[in-house]
Amino acid sequence: MNDRFNLYRFASPATFYPLAGTLIPYFWALSAVFGLAGLYIGMLVAPTDFQQGEGYRIIFIHVPASWLSMFIYLVMAFWAAIGLAFNTRLSGMMAQALAPTGALMAFLSLWTGALWGKPMWGAWWVWDARLTSELILLFLYIGYMALTAAIDDPRRADKAGGLLLLVGVVNIPIIYFSVKWWNTLHQGSSVNLTKSSMATTMLYGMLLMAMCFWMYSIAVALMRARTIMLERERNTDWVKAELAGDVQ
Amino acid sequence: MIYWNSFADFLHMGGYGVYVWGSFGVTALIMLVEPIVVARNRKTTIARLKRQLRAESRTTSE
Amino acid sequence: MFKIIFAVIGRDLKLAMRRQADIVSALFFFVIVVSLFPLGIGPEPDLLRKLAPGVLWVAALLATMLSLPRLFADDHRDGTLEQLALAPHPLGLVVTGKVIAHWLVSGLPLALIAPVLGIQFDLSSDALLVLTGAILLGTPALSGIGAIGAALTLGLRGGGVLLSLLVLPLYIPVLIFGAGAVDATVSGLGGEGHLSLLAAMTFASLGFAPWASAAALKIALE
Repeated sequence: MNDRFNLYRFASPATFYPLAGTLIPYFWALSAVFGLAGLYIGMLVAPTDFQQGEGYRIIFIHVPASWLSMFIYLVMAFWAAIGLAFNTRLSGMMAQALAPTGALMAFLSLWTGALWGKPMWGAWWVWDARLTSELILLFLYIGYMALTAAIDDPRRADKAGGLLLLVGVVNIPIIYFSVKWWNTLHQGSSVNLTKSSMATTMLYGMLLMAMCFWMYSIAVALMRARTIMLERERNTDWVKAELAGDVQ
Repeated sequence: MIYWNSFADFLHMGGYGVYVWGSFGVTALIMLVEPIVVARNRKTTIARLKRQLRAESRTTSE
Repeated sequence: MFKIIFAVIGRDLKLAMRRQADIVSALFFFVIVVSLFPLGIGPEPDLLRKLAPGVLWVAALLATMLSLPRLFADDHRDGTLEQLALAPHPLGLVVTGKVIAHWLVSGLPLALIAPVLGIQFDLSSDALLVLTGAILLGTPALSGIGAIGAALTLGLRGGGVLLSLLVLPLYIPVLIFGAGAVDATVSGLGGEGHLSLLAAMTFASLGFAPWASAAALKIALE
């Protein structure tokens, strides 16, 4: 790596802040495009499901939300590990920026799951392995946010939160594999890397919606991260320059 | 290409309307409110930091 | 290595013995909470028998939570914790000793009293045996995982409640398999599977939790 194109310089909040600012609109645009395409295919084109009727269409929200809730946690744990290993400031800020979005995804997964479960199995909630571990995931998000909020010193908050994330990351494989390990009411996985047992239009709709949620999450997290950066780095010259130059 | 015969059918969702639209509705709500809250947070943070900056520069320039 | 652990256990036990009221009150908390359920739910024996494993386990979790803040707080208050952190031996070993001592004064008494309380719920002797075994097997995991939470929340305001919020989600697997072992025994399926998983969780947490707690302590003490 020489001074021509060194990605590591974006590890500094001063350089990442403007980069994030430029990228955010693109992520919103991508989210909108994927969302419209996914909704068109999923809601207008895809046929009804033979066994589940129209109610199956909740899958276009439920699966993306569930995937994102797990994925965001993994990303947060990744940043936590980097922050603890290299003592970087920005990784802690990214983890804190992602947390509320991840928690909302977990909530959405549980909410849409309940609305799907009621007509299908007759119950708003069952205590099977996958639902329970997704609920635990929501609790883990909330615990992380509570802990980081309770610690005044931002560096200690980052590190303590990071440790908590790493301790809880074992829950993610449990959620993912729970349908395989336990006989549960929740249906097994119908999508994996080589084949899928779902009709093609439904599959495409679901994948497009997943991309939509992903782009959305990045956009919102970057927005949040920018505010966090301004707050944490308020005593630096670059923030003072930003504030003086009339930020809106 | 479009699967539905009428808009009424689309809303009805084969009887599952409440559940499907309950899901999509809450999602839309969240995806609308979350960015608004984040943006509002940003505005108040910037206002607060500017105020603090002004207060500090006043005390240091005395 | 074991010398350090035993030294810490000895010290913590001696200190605990000077404050026996703390241990006894946690135990009484357990007894009272367990007794609240039949009063609230009604005395029907079939219902109580079915609920007993869950009720006893939840009460055990809550009683453990009560005693967790004390794990590090007392030493932190008088500066001993900093000395322990600065000492040449690994902080993880010190924490292992503390966790074991904590289990001896909180988890072990709970396990010993549980069968007596189980009788209140009309559990069969098989179920009582498995329940006691499960609580004996699972409470070390509770102490271990709890130590991580206690270390993360050291000195924070809102400490006890925040600690519960962090630690209870991590306790859920122990609860599920601990209560499940008794349910499986009662229904005739045999609790061996659950008990083995419980044992696995205890050993895993005793292996990893002290080091995670030590890392959390170092973060808190900076």
